Amino acid sequence: MFYRENGQFKTSYRKDQQIFTITQDRWAILALVAFAFVGVPFLVDEYMFRAILIPFLILSLAALGVNILVGYCGQISLGSGAFMAVGAYMAYNTYIRIEGMPLILALLSGGFFATLVGIFFGVPSLRVKGLYLAVATLAAQFFCDWTFLRVGWFTNHNASGSVSVANLNVLGVGINTPLEKYLFCLVFLTVFGLLAKNLVRSAIGREWMAIRDMDVAAAVIGIRPVYAKLSAFAVSSFIVGVAGGLWGFVHLGSWEPAAFSIDRSFQLLFMVIIGGMGSIMGSFFGAAFIVILPIFLNQFLPFAGSLLGVAISTAAVSHAEFMIFGALIVWFLIVEPHGLAKLWSIAKQKLRLWPFPH
Amino acid sequence: MAFFLEALLGGLMAGMLYSLVALGFVLIYKASGVFNFAQGAMVLFAALAMARFSEWIPAWLGLDDKFLGNLIAFVLSAGVMFVLAWLIERLVLRHLVNQEGVTLLMATLGITYFLDGLGQTIFGSDIYKIDVGMPKDPVFLFEGLFSGGVLVNLEDVYAACIAALLVVVLSLFFQKTSTGRALRAVADDHQAAQSIGIPLNRIWVIVWFVAGITALVAGIIWGSKMGVQFSLTTVALRALPVIILGGLTSVPGAIIGGLIIGVGEKLSEVYLGPMVGGGIEIWFAYVLALVFLLFRPQGLFGEKIIDRV
Repeated sequence: MFYRENGQFKTSYRKDQQIFTITQDRWAILALVAFAFVGVPFLVDEYMFRAILIPFLILSLAALGVNILVGYCGQISLGSGAFMAVGAYMAYNTYIRIEGMPLILALLSGGFFATLVGIFFGVPSLRVKGLYLAVATLAAQFFCDWTFLRVGWFTNHNASGSVSVANLNVLGVGINTPLEKYLFCLVFLTVFGLLAKNLVRSAIGREWMAIRDMDVAAAVIGIRPVYAKLSAFAVSSFIVGVAGGLWGFVHLGSWEPAAFSIDRSFQLLFMVIIGGMGSIMGSFFGAAFIVILPIFLNQFLPFAGSLLGVAISTAAVSHAEFMIFGALIVWFLIVEPHGLAKLWSIAKQKLRLWPFPH
Repeated sequence: MAFFLEALLGGLMAGMLYSLVALGFVLIYKASGVFNFAQGAMVLFAALAMARFSEWIPAWLGLDDKFLGNLIAFVLSAGVMFVLAWLIERLVLRHLVNQEGVTLLMATLGITYFLDGLGQTIFGSDIYKIDVGMPKDPVFLFEGLFSGGVLVNLEDVYAACIAALLVVVLSLFFQKTSTGRALRAVADDHQAAQSIGIPLNRIWVIVWFVAGITALVAGIIWGSKMGVQFSLTTVALRALPVIILGGLTSVPGAIIGGLIIGVGEKLSEVYLGPMVGGGIEIWFAYVLALVFLLFRPQGLFGEKIIDRV
C-alpha cells in the first residue's frame, strides 16, 4: 500500500542513474543509516556492542569484499582470511614503525598491502578456473599463516608471536569505548558500502559480471580478462584487508595468526553464499546470520536443555552447535540457494502488490 | 645418500596416504561433480567409529581375540559409513541436483561441520587409539650398500602396502564389475548414463560409500600412527593439493600426485626447511601444485578443459 513506484517518473539522466530509484527505498535506507548512527547508541548495552554489533560491522565489510570477488566476478576464493591477516599485520607494522602514523592511514595501508598480495595470488586465476582456483587460493591462506607465525619481522619480533595495539585515536578522539569503536567501524562500513555499490554498477562492475557469467564470451566482446579479474582481486582484497585491520585493531586489540585461519575464510564464504552471491545487501544479511547464529545457539541450547530437564555440558553444547550450524547451512542451501538477498527481493515484490492479490 | 633415500622413502610412504584421501575426493567428484570438502570429516568420523567400536565390542561380547574384535569393528564402521552415504544422498545431494559447483562445495562444508559435531557427540572427543596390530619397529634396509643402511619404519611399509592394495581393489572394482562400469558411465556423462537406465541416486550412494571406505582405511592408518583426534580432519587439507596436481577427475592422477606431493613435502622440509625456519610443508605442497597449475591448468592427468561460448 505504501510501497508503490507509480507516479515516480525518471525525467533526467541523473534520476535514472540513482542508486535507489524508488523513493521509498531511498528514504528507508537513509533512515536505517541514520538510525544506526544516532538511534542504536542509545538503545544497546556494552555487551551487545562488543559481542554482536562490532563483529557484525567488520565482518560485513569483509563479506562485502569477498562478494565482489566471488559473487560479482565469479572467482571462488578460499584465501580471504589470508588477505584479512595481511591487512591486519601490515596495518600494525606501518602503525608502529612510522612515528605518528594516523590510525586511518595505517588501516588503509594495510588494505594497500593486502591489494598487492591479492593481485599476486590472483595471477593463477588467469589460467585456472572454478574449483581448481578455489584450491589454489588456499595456497595464499597457508602461506600467510606460516609467514606471520614464523617471520619475526611481522610481529615486531615479539616472543609470544601475538601483537597488540592500544590507545587508538583519530585526530585526538579516542577509539576506546565500545560505542566509539562501533561508530568508527560504522563510518568505514558506510563509506566502503557506498563505494562498492557504485563500483558494481559502473563499467568495471559490468565487466566483472560479464566475466562471471561466461569468461570466454566476455573476452570475445572485448573485455580484457586479465584486467577484469585482477581488478576484482585488487578491489576485493583491499576491502578485505581494511576489514582485517579493523578486526585486529578495533575488535581484538591483540591477535595472532589463528585469528585469520582458514576457518575465517570459510566463514566469509558462508556469509556470501547464505547472504546471496552478487548482492551488496546480501553481504550484510549473511554477516548478520553467521555472527548471530552461534551466539544464539550458545544461549539457546542450555535453555532448551533445562526446559527438558536435561543438563547439557559445555562440550555437548559446542558439539551440538557444530551440528546445528552445519545442518542449517545445508538446509539453507537446499531451500534458498540464492541466499537471503533473494528472499528480500521476493518480499519487496510482494510488498508492491500488498494488500491486493494482483 | 642414505639420508636422501630415507627422506625419499618417507615421502613416498606419506604420499601413499595422501593418495588414499585424495582418492576419496576424486571418486566423488567424478561421479557427482561434488567437490567433497567433507572427506576430512569423514576420515575423522570413520576413525572415531573404528576406534570406539574396537573398544566397545570386545567389552560387550567378552571377546579376547583382538583380530576378531577389530574385524567386527571394521565391518560395523563400514556399515556406519554406508548409512552416512545413504543419508547424505537422501537428505542433501538429491535436493541440490543441478546447483552450481560452489553451492555444492558449501553444502559439503555444512556436512563437515555436522559430522565433526556428530562424531564427537556420539563417540566422544578425547584422543583414542586404534590398534590393528601393525608392527612399530624400525628396520634397516640396504645395509650392504650404505654404511648404516636406510632406516625405514615398518609401520609405514605396511600402511603403504594396504594403501596400494586398496587402490588395486578399487581399480578392479571399477574396471571389472558391472557396478564399476555404471560408475564410470555416470562419471563420463550423467545424462547419457541416466538415459540408458542407470539409477543416478543409487550410484551416488555407492560412490559416497566407496569414498567412505577409503576414508575408513585412511582413518585407520593415520589413526594408528598418531591417534584418533580432531587434527585428523586436517589430513584432508593436506590432500587437496594432491588432487589439483593430479587432476580432479583422474584416479591415477590422485595416486601419482600423492606420491609427488609426499616426496616434495618431505624433501623440501628436510633440505629447504632449515633455511627458512621450518614448518614449510603445509604450504609447500600448495605452492608446488599452484606453480604446476600455471603450466597445466587441468592438472597432470585431468581432462582437458575446453571452454565453449
